[in-house]
Amino acid sequence: MVEVEGKEGIQEILSRSAPRGWVLEPDAMRILMLAGLTVPRFIVAATPAETQDAARQIGYPLVAKVVSPDVLHKSEVHGVEVGIESEDRLLHTFERLSSIQGFTGMIVEEIVNGLELILGAQNDSQFGPMILLGIGGTSVEIYHDISLRMAPLEPRDVGQLADRLRGRKLLDGYRGSEPISREELTGNVLAFSRFIMDFHDSIQSVDINPLKCTAKSCTAVDARIMLVSNPTSS
Amino acid sequence: MNLDSFFTPKTMAVFGVSSKNFQHPANVIFLKNFHRYPVRVYGLNPKGGTFQGERIHSSPAEIPEKIDLAVIATRADFVPGIIQDCITHGAGAAAVISGGFKETGRDDLQDRIVAMAEEAKFPFIGPNCLGIYVPRTIDTFFLPIERMVKPDTGNVSFVSQSGGILVDQMIKFKNEHVGLAKAVSIGNKALLNEVDLLDYLITDPATRVIAFYIEGFGKGQGRKFVERAYGCGKPVVVMKSGKSPSGQRAVSSHTASMAGDQASFSAALSQTGIIEADNEFELVSYCEALSAYQRPIEGSIGVVTGSGGHGAVAVDACWNHGLSVPAIPEEEQTAFRNILSPSVQAIASLGNPIDLTGSATDDDFSNCTRALAESGKVDCIIVLLLPYLPGVTMDLGARLSNISRELKIPLIAYVPHEEKYRMLTEGFELNGVPVSPSIEGAVLMAQALRRNKPW
Repeated sequence: MVEVEGKEGIQEILSRSAPRGWVLEPDAMRILMLAGLTVPRFIVAATPAETQDAARQIGYPLVAKVVSPDVLHKSEVHGVEVGIESEDRLLHTFERLSSIQGFTGMIVEEIVNGLELILGAQNDSQFGPMILLGIGGTSVEIYHDISLRMAPLEPRDVGQLADRLRGRKLLDGYRGSEPISREELTGNVLAFSRFIMDFHDSIQSVDINPLKCTAKSCTAVDARIMLVSNPTSS
Repeated sequence: MNLDSFFTPKTMAVFGVSSKNFQHPANVIFLKNFHRYPVRVYGLNPKGGTFQGERIHSSPAEIPEKIDLAVIATRADFVPGIIQDCITHGAGAAAVISGGFKETGRDDLQDRIVAMAEEAKFPFIGPNCLGIYVPRTIDTFFLPIERMVKPDTGNVSFVSQSGGILVDQMIKFKNEHVGLAKAVSIGNKALLNEVDLLDYLITDPATRVIAFYIEGFGKGQGRKFVERAYGCGKPVVVMKSGKSPSGQRAVSSHTASMAGDQASFSAALSQTGIIEADNEFELVSYCEALSAYQRPIEGSIGVVTGSGGHGAVAVDACWNHGLSVPAIPEEEQTAFRNILSPSVQAIASLGNPIDLTGSATDDDFSNCTRALAESGKVDCIIVLLLPYLPGVTMDLGARLSNISRELKIPLIAYVPHEEKYRMLTEGFELNGVPVSPSIEGAVLMAQALRRNKPW
């Protein structure tokens, strides 16, 4: 179970997002944080001045992402800028993103490195909540290297999900890279599983892509939460 | 609801028997049960009359004893009234053979009979189905008895959403000598569905393997099904259709796209230890193997044969299906070599696959199989027999089966032509060892034993 305070916070965001059918990214990140997953440090800025302030707090290099209720797929509208290293580039990016339809703000976020995994959930009509773990990134649907299990998951299930991937060698350290922390991965996936079990009545699907994993941490860098059109409970 | 009345009825009422149309489904069902099965059968039709000299009763009130099973093969419009009659007269259960319900848009009729049955706690199967077949006990299929291929009595029960698939699968069971405990066609599964049948078969002492053909579960029923199957103590095999991607559905997330119906179906099955068969061939092979051996294996396979080619093909097939064929180290091969006949000793390859060559005799096969079983290196042995070899006799099936039973190691046999080498095949099968006429089939059987556990 997600902690009570967290649950209330999550419920509040989900209710607020219901009319749109999906959860805006800053809200999605807040939900994951409340659910106990690790997320990057980020600040939402609505003006150039707020942007500069956010950058000072988080520190360069940065990632900037558009926030807009009209944009579900940010990369399709070039709504993400990575590797911002100067204030000049930051302000230039703000100007560019602010022209995107429906712009309400810009996420200023710390850069997180690591192996890109995808962690997802889907509310299946026959089997209920299913959890997906796979090799992530933008080409995830090309390689299709995923494994799936019905939620809720137990610790050993997470290991098996990871071990079933064709790309498991990437997780175990490949060509000199350090193996990712299985403990961090397990912790985050189990928190995600608890969250999905608690809220599956309102959630249709979730993509955390990428979930960036290193030897020390696993961080949900981007999240898309789709809501069911007619929740079965209140 | 108690489902016993479906499977062991003492009395049966067949609704819809015609005094004029002898090919009417109800007449076929009446006749085969009347002549062939240990059940007292009553024909019913409001018009009355006689059929082959037997009275057709015009109402259940005329039947002098309790009806255990009502078989309803009338027009759909009459079914609600008949269900009501059955409830009123205390019948035990009904098989609604009639079509013309939800599958043709008559949701209203189907909803009506479900509501009546639920209120009265009256179990019915169907509609739009063939009903029940239990060897030597009952048969509600509207297929003339001489047209059916009937499997032997055995321990596999098969439940199918499609009647046609069920009948054909019974033919395949018969061909491969897979024994049948119960066959059920559930059609529209308006009241009783896969989960209800699974629950019943889990507790059925005659059933040791439970097989399903499923087109799709109702909302939330898939999870119930796999939760019941998990750890139920009996292997559950499922063949699913409707796997080809519908693809056209707009999906807005990667997960929704990749965790589609089929991927979720397969994942939910495998995590709960249900063995999914991709096609009829796998279904029959799995059922045959699990009918003989319900205990899971890890999947270290010993291969014993008289031909290097057979061994190589089998090893490839094992590899394809996630089974290992562990090598037997050179130094341990001496023990194997010493027990072979002199003409074979010099030429046999004993590394696993074990190729005893075309000079091998019954003794070579037996001794080697025993030594391999006792080595502890493998947990299942596939014997690829070439019964045309001069040193091999028809006694070998029974001899090898005895070793399998004595040493408690699952043995699977490949015999290239089961009919010509009938006595050899029976030597295996009648002693509990499954036989396949293809190497691939034999390996699939071993794979079934390995997959018979949750991951």
